[in-house]
Amino acid sequence: MTLNQQRKLKTILTGLFAWTVALVLFFPIFWMFITSFKTELQAISVPPSLFFEPTLENFRIVQERSDYIHHAWNSVVTSFGSTIIALIIAIPAAYSMAFFPGKRTKDILLWMLSTKMLPAVGVLVPIYILCRDYGLLDSKTALVIIFTLMNLPIIVWMLFSYFKDLPKEILEAARMDGATPWDEVVKVVLPLSVGAISSTALLSIVLCWNEAFWSLNLTASDAAPLTAMIASYSSPEGLFWAKLSAASTLACAPIVVFGWFCQKQLVQGLTFGAVK
Amino acid sequence: MSYLTITDLQKHYDSYHALRGINLNISEGEFVVFVGPSGCGKSTLLRTIAGLESSTGGNIELDGRDITEVASSKRDLAMVFQSYALYPHMTVADNLSFALRLAKVSDAEIKEKVRSVSASLQLDALLERKPKELSGGQRQRVAIGRAIVRQPKVFLFDEPLSNLDAALRVQMRLELARLHKKLGTTMIYVTHDQVEAMTLADRVVILNAGQIEQVGTPLELYRQPNSRFVAEFIGTPKMNLIAANKIVRHEDNLAIELLGQQILFPANRLKGPLPKTAVVGIRPEHMTLVKEGGDLSGRIELVEHLGSEAYAHLQLSSDQTIIIKAPARTELKDGQVVSIKIDISEIILFNENDRVISVIPEEV
Repeated sequence: MTLNQQRKLKTILTGLFAWTVALVLFFPIFWMFITSFKTELQAISVPPSLFFEPTLENFRIVQERSDYIHHAWNSVVTSFGSTIIALIIAIPAAYSMAFFPGKRTKDILLWMLSTKMLPAVGVLVPIYILCRDYGLLDSKTALVIIFTLMNLPIIVWMLFSYFKDLPKEILEAARMDGATPWDEVVKVVLPLSVGAISSTALLSIVLCWNEAFWSLNLTASDAAPLTAMIASYSSPEGLFWAKLSAASTLACAPIVVFGWFCQKQLVQGLTFGAVK
Repeated sequence: MSYLTITDLQKHYDSYHALRGINLNISEGEFVVFVGPSGCGKSTLLRTIAGLESSTGGNIELDGRDITEVASSKRDLAMVFQSYALYPHMTVADNLSFALRLAKVSDAEIKEKVRSVSASLQLDALLERKPKELSGGQRQRVAIGRAIVRQPKVFLFDEPLSNLDAALRVQMRLELARLHKKLGTTMIYVTHDQVEAMTLADRVVILNAGQIEQVGTPLELYRQPNSRFVAEFIGTPKMNLIAANKIVRHEDNLAIELLGQQILFPANRLKGPLPKTAVVGIRPEHMTLVKEGGDLSGRIELVEHLGSEAYAHLQLSSDQTIIIKAPARTELKDGQVVSIKIDISEIILFNENDRVISVIPEEV
């Protein structure tokens, strides 16, 4: 085999491997999607039927039984709201840690990350009681606060690692040019970090959108986001796979479409350390 | 009168003492170059003057105002960085006008100033480009333009030419010298390249381990170094150093024994008492090859031909090599044994503490 053929073979094998992994990952989503167009009977038939007459019945029932728009709106408010608040807190935090590190900056970063190591259920009872006492059960406020706190460490870390890679001299040059700290952030740091900030925001939105644990435990109906709506299909009257799939498809769709439009930012953001 | 006055400036980083009591007066319009090996504190000193590092003692006064505690943005200094540090998201024109816009200068005035700077630095055709679309030399010119457009009190340069290739570096060096002549503004320039220091400076400040080793004009440092460090640092190739283990007085002269041979050195050029031993310093260009009766002899190891001149590496003894300058069309061959004559008037003697203990006679 010549070197060229070897190279070609390697490309083909890598491609094949990548496609296999991608298909395995995608399969459950694909299955959920087609199940949502089946009848309940087709959904549980063994062997599973691949060819069937698609029906929109499930979607009609889901919209009838639970107000999709209401839950979707809750998801939008909580994920976008908490992301905006988290960014407002995280940008100055990451800026000061990246450009004016103190002796304990590393420790603070590690401590923030360590809060993510605790299983959420570990603080369920205190948080539940706090929400109950302040009348925040089943409110979007509670979810926004929890989501903000939940994603803050990740957002600070991502922004910190991006800011740290910004050449320090550029900020020093701005300082020598007469820029105040505010000018530095607004006129130099932010314009240079648009990509990083938008991809961080996107990640945060996706994480909030898909969050289920707190949504299920702290909301019932008024503030319930889409994840809570899906869960309601797996309970009282038994499992209804087709309707559950329809609900899930409806819940995933907006964020998938949103992610599709932002994929350029997302890829750029997740690899920003690598390309520079 | 001193324009920039630095008094007993100190800088500590945790346990590291980076600046150990710097005292320096710089006059208005002077071109001062800080030079020294890596880690000597030259960049730290510049950055402390800029206010990018805070000092831990002493003070800095600029034009009669104490600026020790003043923020960088309010010091009225402009700095050119080694990495150029252009704003990547702005066009060349915006880079040039950034400081003026921050200072809320009127649009008409900004336009006029940017125009005149871009004309003088040949940036006219590049005004709408982003920094990433520029070559290294162009970026450097934009960085310099960004500094001059503000008409600051002092320009600070932090190794501005070290990222450029050799040819461009020589060209930019010339442009900087011209710029200084034209503007007449005080300039402080940091470099580790002694050629830049020698060619650009009115005065050179040599730093070593956080202290000023010597301040002087380039020629003073070359001819009258006051320590072995300065003598070795200035001049390419380096000054040759030969240990003299026996020195005796011989009428009006000192008889100095160099590798078994004697040279006579006028006693009146010695500062202080007669030392027992010394290190003799002699530059490659102050020795000549002779047919016979030389002060030293040795075997040629290697001849380096530079075109305009040649340098011969001479093995004098098993552990002593020296470099001498030879004419361009030298016939010297490797392995040849030659005799050399030392120009006694250019010899410098160092004591065991590496201080200079001889004086150079005034030039006739």
